[in-house]
Amino acid sequence: MSLMEILMIVVPSTLLWAAPLVFTALGGIFSERSGVVNIGLEGLMVIGAFSAIVFNLTFVNTFGSLTPWLALLVAMVAAAIFSILHAVASITFRADHTVSGVAINLLATGITLFLVKLIYDKGETGIISKGFSKIDIPILKDIPIIGKIFFQNTYWTSFLAIVVAIFAWYIVFKTPFGLRLRSVGEHPMAADTMGINVTKMRYLGVIISGALGGLGGAVYAQSITSNFSHSTISGQGFMAMAAMIFGKWHPLGAMGAAIFFGFAQSISIIGSSLPFLKEIPNVYLLIAPYVLTILALTGFIGRADAPKASGTHYIKGSR
Amino acid sequence: MDYVIEMLNIRKEFNGFVANDNITLQLKKGEIHALLGENGAGKSTLMNVLFGLYQPEEGEIRVNGKPVKISNPNIANDLGIGMVHQHFMLVDTFTVTENIILGREITSGGKIDSKKAEQQVREISERYGLSVDPQAKISDISVGMQQRVEILKTLYRGAEIIIFDEPTAVLTPQEIKELIQIMKTLIKEGKSIILITHKLKEIMEVADRCTVIRKGKGIGTVNVRETNPNELASLMVGREVVFKTEKKEATPKQKVLEVQDLVVKDSRGVTVVNSLSLCLKAGEIVGIAGVDGNGQSEFIEAITGLRKAESGSVKLNGKELLNQPPRKITESGVGHIPQDRHKHGLVLNFSIGENMVLQTYNKRPLSKSGILNFKEIYKKAKTLITEFDVRTPSEFTLARALSGGNQQKAIIGREVDRDPDLLIAAQPTRGLDVGAIEFIHKRLIEQRDHGKAVLLISFELDEIMNVSDRIAVIYEGKIVAIVNPKVTTEQELGLLMAGSNRKEAGEHSHV
Amino acid sequence: MNIPMSNRFKSIITPIIAVLLGILVGTIIMLISGYNPIAAYSALWNGAFGEIYYFGEVIRQVTPYILAGLAVAFAFRVGLFNIGVEGQFLIGWLAAVWVGVAFDLPRIIHLPLAILASIVAGALWAFIPGLLKARFRVHEVIVTIMMNYVALHVSNYIIKNIITDNKDKTDLVKNSATLRSEWLQSLTDYSRLHWGIIIAIIGCILMWFLLERTTKGFELRAVGFNQHAAHYAGMSVNKNIILSMVIAGGFAGLAGAMEGLGTFGYDTVKGGFTGVGFDGIAVALLGGNTSLGVFFSAILFGALKVGALNMPLEAGVPNELVDIIIALIVFFVASSYMIRVLLDRLSKKGVK
Repeated sequence: MSLMEILMIVVPSTLLWAAPLVFTALGGIFSERSGVVNIGLEGLMVIGAFSAIVFNLTFVNTFGSLTPWLALLVAMVAAAIFSILHAVASITFRADHTVSGVAINLLATGITLFLVKLIYDKGETGIISKGFSKIDIPILKDIPIIGKIFFQNTYWTSFLAIVVAIFAWYIVFKTPFGLRLRSVGEHPMAADTMGINVTKMRYLGVIISGALGGLGGAVYAQSITSNFSHSTISGQGFMAMAAMIFGKWHPLGAMGAAIFFGFAQSISIIGSSLPFLKEIPNVYLLIAPYVLTILALTGFIGRADAPKASGTHYIKGSR
Repeated sequence: MDYVIEMLNIRKEFNGFVANDNITLQLKKGEIHALLGENGAGKSTLMNVLFGLYQPEEGEIRVNGKPVKISNPNIANDLGIGMVHQHFMLVDTFTVTENIILGREITSGGKIDSKKAEQQVREISERYGLSVDPQAKISDISVGMQQRVEILKTLYRGAEIIIFDEPTAVLTPQEIKELIQIMKTLIKEGKSIILITHKLKEIMEVADRCTVIRKGKGIGTVNVRETNPNELASLMVGREVVFKTEKKEATPKQKVLEVQDLVVKDSRGVTVVNSLSLCLKAGEIVGIAGVDGNGQSEFIEAITGLRKAESGSVKLNGKELLNQPPRKITESGVGHIPQDRHKHGLVLNFSIGENMVLQTYNKRPLSKSGILNFKEIYKKAKTLITEFDVRTPSEFTLARALSGGNQQKAIIGREVDRDPDLLIAAQPTRGLDVGAIEFIHKRLIEQRDHGKAVLLISFELDEIMNVSDRIAVIYEGKIVAIVNPKVTTEQELGLLMAGSNRKEAGEHSHV
Repeated sequence: MNIPMSNRFKSIITPIIAVLLGILVGTIIMLISGYNPIAAYSALWNGAFGEIYYFGEVIRQVTPYILAGLAVAFAFRVGLFNIGVEGQFLIGWLAAVWVGVAFDLPRIIHLPLAILASIVAGALWAFIPGLLKARFRVHEVIVTIMMNYVALHVSNYIIKNIITDNKDKTDLVKNSATLRSEWLQSLTDYSRLHWGIIIAIIGCILMWFLLERTTKGFELRAVGFNQHAAHYAGMSVNKNIILSMVIAGGFAGLAGAMEGLGTFGYDTVKGGFTGVGFDGIAVALLGGNTSLGVFFSAILFGALKVGALNMPLEAGVPNELVDIIIALIVFFVASSYMIRVLLDRLSKKGVK
């Protein structure tokens, strides 16, 4: 295989696997930047994946090719609402953020599978007929070389991810909302004295993370697995968290990290069709994303600084 | 009477603890009004009520005669009330400008307009003589500039009434003089100031009137020109305050601690202990005087094994201890009352008994072959509790249930009981009431009389001058002068602490 | 209503309230979904205690739960969040079965050796995140989660390619290494009850003794509460962090041995996680991270899980409902501050 042919397979595949991670990692950033650790991203992806698939299966005849896109919106709303549980627990009930996140994950898997059995009488849903499938992007696909690699046999959602990442960067670093969000995560008491409602900001941070996590799950389900079962989301939420840390809680950094992890994931799937990777026992490719994450955390980010007040409860009157 | 702020009969409670009990404070327009009280008396709480961070249970607040309800800082800001906090409310990773505009951002088309914001910051800072660098990150600027940013925050929001909460705690004498100038400028520009402090000298120097609070209650308001420090101090603590501690003449003997050319870096890699040399003998108390941030903390951390030293020598009774692990240092005969008792001194969730054996739990008879002997442990704890007057329901009570003073007594008991040759006391009386302070000073002198070497580090000059036999002044990581407390003055010490040459400081200092 | 509320009382009643709240919300969910809660709960009860067979299964299920709970609780006491129990559990299972299948030794050596292998394997698997946390300050949550996935794939690989010849399931463990007992099985109508429960109980006692009565435990608890004070007092924070993860991993690996040598007697290639590790988190949290708490909490969860299997059969309710209830219990335990506030309000009502 020529380098060109390899790139034409690897690049779109990387972006495909990376997109869900990008959305979810961005969600993590909004939450953590406001000071709330969100381990429950995995569960939020599950909710998103479930909502999107169920909506898709139910309404595909009504909305036709618009269905997967509407499903994304439905998933965002569903996961945002679900994330309110985490917000209430961590912020108002002063639960340990990590424990609450674990509860969210358990609850999400439990409820979605319960509902699948309730609705479909089986352990998994059927396959959607209208998901996100490979397309060639008009006009851009004809650019020499770059067009073939980036804009053919790819997915709209991959580019949506990049756009959303840039948008997120702008909001977090260039707008008053972003400044206030960050202040709440770094020094909530200072923000309080400047008249900022710490609780409201944190709730918003968590709800936005819910919406983005749901979006990630919905994109994953509709572009990769095409149905929903207990094994649909298996670690992508945690990988997104790692991308967020790897990217130092910066939207563009997280996007880069997510692309890297997407690359590792895609290699473990398509590796067998690439020349030199065919020889490697599949187990190495399967564990590669996870091992790389551990190495990344140790090697590069040993000293990365999370927002200072991340994981803490802000209690008025404590000094 | 032109009162610009009136706080009438304010009552503030936290979970049953009454922090402010029927306090009345009235601020005239254009005056500097001091709010005096000991640590924990309720001054900061009262001001936080005024600033809208807390809501009072009872009482009324009036601004320019009109009753108001200040339910959050935004409303306080709108009423023209601004606060310069004791512990700066600054986001380290943001710039000076971002900190100032936070919450009242200047935007254009949804985006923050940094250029316009920086310009506004420059204008205000020039008008009031508060020099800052608008683009610098808070983590990179000096403490003095950080405080100026705090002041600018209030002015940016159009404050007419400015509350200063213990503003001089971390400033050098020179910076304090600058701050006093700034306050006088603000008054000239028509502002009114409330100054929270427990420093009598500052009140005498700059305030017009002073309201005294003791244990949550308002004691009274006096005209500063008609009173004196002794009277203020009596009002503050409620009894005649003895400013000097009784002690015999010291008889120092052999060298116990010898520090030579010690070099230590701080967490950011900056050299903060700069070839420091110091010598302590048995039977004397050496006090280290210096403004916070001149390397004292890192110096202590280095000689107690909590921080790595780059080079130099630290000898205890002739034995080299540089960069040895904490356990080795402790067992060689060093006791340490740490500056931050909650961080290094105690495990708050352990019982007092367990805390008493924090360093000795693995020795006989407290444990045998790895198994703890609780009978022995609590027997020892009981003895120490009685001997050191630690007020606690029992030796099983959790450390976190005790008051600061009793926690400190427990730590002292533990350290002294190990019979160290060198006892290091870092800020031993910070945050404690007068009774506890007296007790602790007595014990330190007692140790010195028993032939121990005592190293005292404190930011309170009074304490250093009262308790020490010799005073070593630390400035920028070096000992710049050794002075005799009996002949030196606070002014001379202040100058030395700020780096003045010994010659300028006078003939009273000598090595 | 004037109820005196000591702290001790609150510590015991709060988890109970969390359980009740979880059941309450679970009931509401059932009602909304059109199921009959009474039928569901009686099916749940019957499925756990209705017959001696089920009772045996409950005890069998409780066994790995106790050990998984201890694995999480022990780490928690030293200030670490061990979410890697699932991975340590899988590796321990693998090691125990491997030794059980590969050797032919007298029982007195073989069984202890297999158990030891599981402890060591789990301990090693936990050593890595412990080391990374101690030396590099890398947060253990993400690392242990990643290690879970690595464990899953690696154990699958080893089963398929090293222990067996491309099969999905290993041979049965030799009789000299099994925890099963004819006698116990006959007592309980041929459930899979095995001797492991004794080991689990010993584990509880061991954790209590280690933490509360030894100098090592003193150090571990000190580090868990306040690293700075512990460091100043001369304790090695890093060594204790690593040690606590290693011990926790040992407990988790031991839980794997319970399944490998007792419940099943073999190991298989798995498509996903078993859930024992995550349930262990729930067990530890509900049990307040104490030995005794874990014991009782494991009994509750064991009964719930076994009883749940009867719910689809007897009441037509999906067994996932129990997973939901467990998740809700964790949620309410995490929010226990709120429960305590409510308790305080209730007790004050009488004092007015």
